[in-house]
Amino acid sequence: MIKRIIFGLILCVAIAACSSSDDGNNGNNGDGFNRTELLTNLADNIIIPAFQDLGVKLSAMDVARANFVNSQTQTNLDALSAAWLEAYSVWQHVELFNIGEAEDVNTTSDDRGFVRFFNIYPVSETEIDGYAASGTYDLTSVLVDQGFPAFDYLIHGIATGDATALDKFTTHTNASGYMTYMTDVMSRMLSLNNQILNDWQNTYKDQFISATENGLNGSFNKIANDFIFAYEKGFRAQKVGTPAGVFSAGQTFPDRVEAFYKGDVSKTLALESLTALENFFVGRAYNGSTTGSSLRTYLQFLDSDDIVTAIQSQFTAVRTSINGLGNNFSNEIENNNTQVLTTYEVMQAMVPLIKVDMRQALDFAIDFQDSDGD
Amino acid sequence: MQTKLKSYFNQNTNAAPLAVFRIGFGLMMLVSIIRFWSKGWIETFYLQPKFHFSYFGFEWIKPMGNYTYLLFFICGLAALLVALGLKYRLAIIAFFLSFTYIELMDKTTYLNHYYFTSILSFLMIFLPANAYFSLDSIVRKKDYSQIPKWTIDSIKLLLSIVYIYAGLAKLNSDWLFKAMPLKIWLPSKYDIPFIGETLMHKDWFHFAMSWSGMLYDLAIPFLLLFKRTRTFAFVLVVIFHVFTRVLFPIGMFPYIMIISTLIFFESGFHNKIIKVLRKIMNLLSLRIQSGSITQIKVMDTFVEKRQRVILSILVVFFSIQILLPWRYALYPNELFWTEEGYRFSWRVMLMEKAGYTNFKIVNSETNSFFYVENSDFLTPFQEKQMSFQPDFILEYAHFLGDHFKSQGHENIQVFVDCHVALNGRMSQRYINPKVDLYQLKESFQPKDWILPFNDEIKGL
Repeated sequence: MIKRIIFGLILCVAIAACSSSDDGNNGNNGDGFNRTELLTNLADNIIIPAFQDLGVKLSAMDVARANFVNSQTQTNLDALSAAWLEAYSVWQHVELFNIGEAEDVNTTSDDRGFVRFFNIYPVSETEIDGYAASGTYDLTSVLVDQGFPAFDYLIHGIATGDATALDKFTTHTNASGYMTYMTDVMSRMLSLNNQILNDWQNTYKDQFISATENGLNGSFNKIANDFIFAYEKGFRAQKVGTPAGVFSAGQTFPDRVEAFYKGDVSKTLALESLTALENFFVGRAYNGSTTGSSLRTYLQFLDSDDIVTAIQSQFTAVRTSINGLGNNFSNEIENNNTQVLTTYEVMQAMVPLIKVDMRQALDFAIDFQDSDGD
Repeated sequence: MQTKLKSYFNQNTNAAPLAVFRIGFGLMMLVSIIRFWSKGWIETFYLQPKFHFSYFGFEWIKPMGNYTYLLFFICGLAALLVALGLKYRLAIIAFFLSFTYIELMDKTTYLNHYYFTSILSFLMIFLPANAYFSLDSIVRKKDYSQIPKWTIDSIKLLLSIVYIYAGLAKLNSDWLFKAMPLKIWLPSKYDIPFIGETLMHKDWFHFAMSWSGMLYDLAIPFLLLFKRTRTFAFVLVVIFHVFTRVLFPIGMFPYIMIISTLIFFESGFHNKIIKVLRKIMNLLSLRIQSGSITQIKVMDTFVEKRQRVILSILVVFFSIQILLPWRYALYPNELFWTEEGYRFSWRVMLMEKAGYTNFKIVNSETNSFFYVENSDFLTPFQEKQMSFQPDFILEYAHFLGDHFKSQGHENIQVFVDCHVALNGRMSQRYINPKVDLYQLKESFQPKDWILPFNDEIKGL
């Protein structure tokens, strides 16, 4: 009898195996959704073009910086400021890709990866002033006071005793120190971006696309987590929540907004970041408007159209709410914080949608802590 | 009836199955402890967290800093002694206490199979598992080839309870008619060799797995009990548990269940195992010991002198085991939603549930408020478990309230914005956001601050 049962079992498995052989699985990974296509679309049409463009904009910024170093005029400083804003806007499109080399360039246990070297604000004026005075610092060994926010202070901020931002580089005792520091911050941004871009283009892209497994090391799992983290931390908390005082018992921090020294661009940058997050969700190419395989198509594939609708209308609501704010978030927080807090609530309402509904539908692990289940 | 019962409790049976069970259980537990330790989980689960979630009534049980390692060492040592059958009674009591203490330290790590291990080791305290083929036999120079039949049957009964209740719990509309949560879980296992890309996303496969899982749980105790179906049943046990092991990160549990079900086999089988073990011991030149084994007086029957006391304890024990899973019926709301009476009931792999919580600390006088960054206080694993379990949410709210009070905040109110998704449904608000959780006390009363579930799950 046992033999018959075993025979039956083998037969069942054989039938099951044959009956499904008509699917074909060229590129189709498992659940029928083509993960390779999704990862390829992200790498080829979004991630690499964005890092490339950042490289272009950082080079332009470097040219403006060199012009300014040659001739410290207000005109040249303004040109540098414009180049800085262009690069900063592109930065918003790469910030969420804290994966591969971008993650590895930060060798500490800190979870912000390369963001730590590009966009952590506020910077410490005292520290930077000190660096300019002493000339002793090592940007590779610290996790602060560099990247776009450091530039923001250098080219827009006014040092103690000065009348204008320009004074830092002209009349200030440590003028040459500030100049050197600015140049060093610039070189570091350029070299980090080159390092990351080269890695993507030479080795990491294939690795990224081929890691289709559903483990903690699978690319999809990682990038989906990066998207959630970027929304929650870089976008929601850093740009609005923290300065508006939602984590600090009503104590507001108007000086902790993005691009605080420039002042009137915090809304521009927030909207750019929102666009980047939305583009990622719908798989829209960085250079163009075509959308491709993405979180959205994956959800649609799994018949979770209701989740897609909810997330997209929330994106729209967030955009409307941010548009209702003034250009300078610092001013808004000081004079109109109620509306900033309302905006925060709208931004917040997205979190359960991506962290609970989307994650559950796509069934990827959200915490990277290993444990047994039942 | 009474004479029948009396004669049942006077029946004896071969002692080998219980001896093999003792060895298997002890070794599996030893491996479990070593595995847990080597994965660094003592550190990440018990030492790193700043805060631990306690079971209601057991708030006094907490990890003990670096002494927690000592606790695990004691637990592992006790498991080894159980396997060897040396100072068995003391060893199994030590194992039960240390293991249960470990499990009570933080309910974040609650797993049904840890609970199973706890109550099984409790039961084993009362069984003469060292009567035969144990170091205790050598020490006392007496080996008993016969033991009371009820001792082995009690383990079979406990295993049957586990399976049958696990099967009954699957009799619900989500599991049977929506194939949930397998429909969510299986497609994401596409990277399993061979079947990963062919079966895992098939609708019929989800239903086939759901239904066969349910039938397996309900039928397996009976298939194991009858001699004619036993071998077939064991093949099923191996297939089922190995399959779950491949699919899900469930650690040692499948192996523990496979080894445990060997108890259903007859003594001839177990005597063969012991024969093999004796041969291995001889090969390892443990001749001195095996030499002394020949000098062991083989007694006929192990007589439990305190049988009446033990039987009364076990009657109470099994009554609790049979009744406890039904306690959910005393609560008015959907069990899967509120989880009132969910644990300790063999509800295994029934839910894909996830939540998101955003705690708001309000000063009731000034109405100023701030939000809490959960990662400041909880590990990712704790946060995940807390986000959809009401008792965790309440306990954490109190921890937050106390924490901010000690920081000098006044007139503290704790509110939560919580959204939970269950078995593929869209998330909905879970906790009444207007309720100040800091004012609530944990109890066994229904939690009326959980918002009602917008759907219905029919069944047991």
